Amino acid sequence: MIPEIPALDELSVTLAHYLLVSGAVFGIGVVIALAKRNAVAVLMGVELMLNAVNLTILAFSRFSSAFPAGDAPLAGHAFVVFVLTVAAAEAAVALALAVLVYRRRETVDLDRVNLLRW
Amino acid sequence: MSHLPASQSATPMLRQIAERPTVRGALMRAPLPVKVFGALFVLGFLALNAGIAYVVIDGRLDGQWYDVRDLGVGVGALTDWMRDQGVPEVAVYLTSAIVGATGVLSLVGVWLIIGPWLERRAIAKFQVRMGPNRNGPFGLFQSLADAIKLMQKEVIIPRGADKILYFIPPVFIFVPALLGWAVVPWAPEMTYTDLDVGVLFTIAISSLGVLAVFLAGWASNNHYSLLGAMRTVAMMVSYEIPISLSLLSVAMLTSSMRLSEIVAWQSNYNVWMIVILPFAAFAFLFSSTAEINRTPNDIGEAESEIVAGFYTEYSGMKGGLFMAVELGNAILVGALMSTFFLGGYTMFGLETWIPGYLILLTKIMTVYLFFVWLRATLPRFRLDQLMGFAWKFLIPISMVQVFVVAIQASVLARVDAPGVFVLGSFAIINLSMTILLVRLWASRMSVSTIQQATKPILTQVVGGLRAAEQIRKPV
Amino acid sequence: MDSPAFLLAFLILSGITVTSALLVFVARNLMHALAFLVLSFLGMAGLFMTLSADFIAIAQILIYAGSISVLMVFAVMLTPLASRDNGNSLYVIPALMGGAGIAGLVSLVAIETDWAEHSGDALKAADFERTVPVIGDLLLGRYVLAFEVASVLLFIALLGAILLVQDRDGGDATGEAQ
Repeated sequence: MIPEIPALDELSVTLAHYLLVSGAVFGIGVVIALAKRNAVAVLMGVELMLNAVNLTILAFSRFSSAFPAGDAPLAGHAFVVFVLTVAAAEAAVALALAVLVYRRRETVDLDRVNLLRW
Repeated sequence: MSHLPASQSATPMLRQIAERPTVRGALMRAPLPVKVFGALFVLGFLALNAGIAYVVIDGRLDGQWYDVRDLGVGVGALTDWMRDQGVPEVAVYLTSAIVGATGVLSLVGVWLIIGPWLERRAIAKFQVRMGPNRNGPFGLFQSLADAIKLMQKEVIIPRGADKILYFIPPVFIFVPALLGWAVVPWAPEMTYTDLDVGVLFTIAISSLGVLAVFLAGWASNNHYSLLGAMRTVAMMVSYEIPISLSLLSVAMLTSSMRLSEIVAWQSNYNVWMIVILPFAAFAFLFSSTAEINRTPNDIGEAESEIVAGFYTEYSGMKGGLFMAVELGNAILVGALMSTFFLGGYTMFGLETWIPGYLILLTKIMTVYLFFVWLRATLPRFRLDQLMGFAWKFLIPISMVQVFVVAIQASVLARVDAPGVFVLGSFAIINLSMTILLVRLWASRMSVSTIQQATKPILTQVVGGLRAAEQIRKPV
Repeated sequence: MDSPAFLLAFLILSGITVTSALLVFVARNLMHALAFLVLSFLGMAGLFMTLSADFIAIAQILIYAGSISVLMVFAVMLTPLASRDNGNSLYVIPALMGGAGIAGLVSLVAIETDWAEHSGDALKAADFERTVPVIGDLLLGRYVLAFEVASVLLFIALLGAILLVQDRDGGDATGEAQ
């Protein structure tokens, strides 16, 4: 541990680190949303993607006050509040849809919900 | 009855009633060592406070480390000293964190021994019986014996249970119960983290417990567990809304979400929030009893309907952890109730004489005894009654209250020095509005329910929801 | 520049977030996936804390870990036992490629761009002292129209969800869907 401490001191968490984490989570969300059969699992992927976007917005909001934020340095935070709102609404409607699909089709497997197929 | 000698009563029952406990009687009948010890304790307490008062009047306690009224000052002095010595920031942070965590854990730990004893003894007094009195003085070690018994029990994992998720909830449910203490101010400097979003923090943390309850019920692979979990989750989700609305009115009126500023506001204007916002206080208290599963609203673990609710399948100490969390949540709610509505650590100037944490502790005990009183008095509500109470009664009236408080807050922001007149008019307006709304609402909402619910309807589907459905449209 | 504790916090929290997000994909049981998803949300809230966005972090815990996950639990409970697996569809390989491509692109941009050069000296981390009053002013000041639209959207979503799942026939209302 002792030789590591100066190395730790030199490091610093920058915008790029947050963007890396955000990109990783967004990629995983994309994979989940595309590859899962269950409707609820697809919704999980979408929520992960929204989370990653929130992280990006907040990171930019904190690290880059030079970008034209004008007199509102916390505009990113306000934006994230809207994203959270939309995410909540989306989750409610999507889960209601999942329940409805289950009632009509007896399944939530998205591969078997194929009414529009020729 | 006291004129009748106890020994002449006919039956033991009558004798017990004749010896109904009073404070005076308890003092008279206490054995000599207890009397001596109690007298010494009271004298010591008075002497300590006299000493504090002497030093305070003398003006010597100006936030020095030895100020016993505010233990946070001592920790602050310690961390300052450590920084001066060149200790790395991590160690300084860890020191204060460990001190805070030790404080919270020891408080909750001691409470887990005293709380059940207090509750059982108090309920026994309500029901004119003895209560636990075998282990230790006054049966004080009963909880310890119970804990040892629980630890020795066999850990049974039900067949078909989800092995991973089965073990998470008893631990995970402790997180909100302990984390909620982080924002409670015990004295001006004695808060673990005085978050800027403290009110929101308490709401968010309490909403975390829902998930642990649900996982416990789901992973047990038992119908009673699942029923209890569904009931509890439905109830907790419903009752979070009145809690949020009542805390929203508090935050709007004080124009701060910081708990210490809310306390400072009440101390500043020399008024408790319960006087200004009586309905918000009632909604918070009632919804909190639902949120922490205490008895008028313990529908999630109603032992006469579903065995023990969501922790039916948890044996040994794992079930004990759930009970411990309930006890811990009870005093956490007491602390939040005192902070938001009962003035927190202040007592109209008494906090300069007596340490603030003792005042807060007294208020917590008062709220807890109020909970015990509720438990001993009220029967359990039905699930549909509880849900209907939240959605049809608490939430609409809370919303009206929020609108009124918004107007009052804007008035308060425009008045230079709001005195007795402004705050008093607020209190009178809110109280009369509450009475009016409650009477109006009760006359509109309650009549039909009472008339139709007299038919006994078999509860078939999840926690009486089918029954509620039947009541609404009688066949 | 940053204290080791901060660095450690960032590492642990990002590790928790990314690992549990991966486990959401890997887990075979939908309830396990849900538990990992909640863990990922909590780690994300911690990351928001390190960005000194305390209000957003608490709102994240309240909305995601407290509410959306409970909604998902209810949705899982309302579906039968057979469809509680977390299986993959036929599109695993394209999905993996797409996800890896997006993540790689974002990472490439994040690493290759010289952020300090593009934004000048001001890329220093700005630690906001009090975020709540500023956000409140923004929401009810500059973005009040968006705020109102968002509230209307929430209301419509609420109504829509209720209308979608309510029983039109009025027959066997089990009450579970409420």
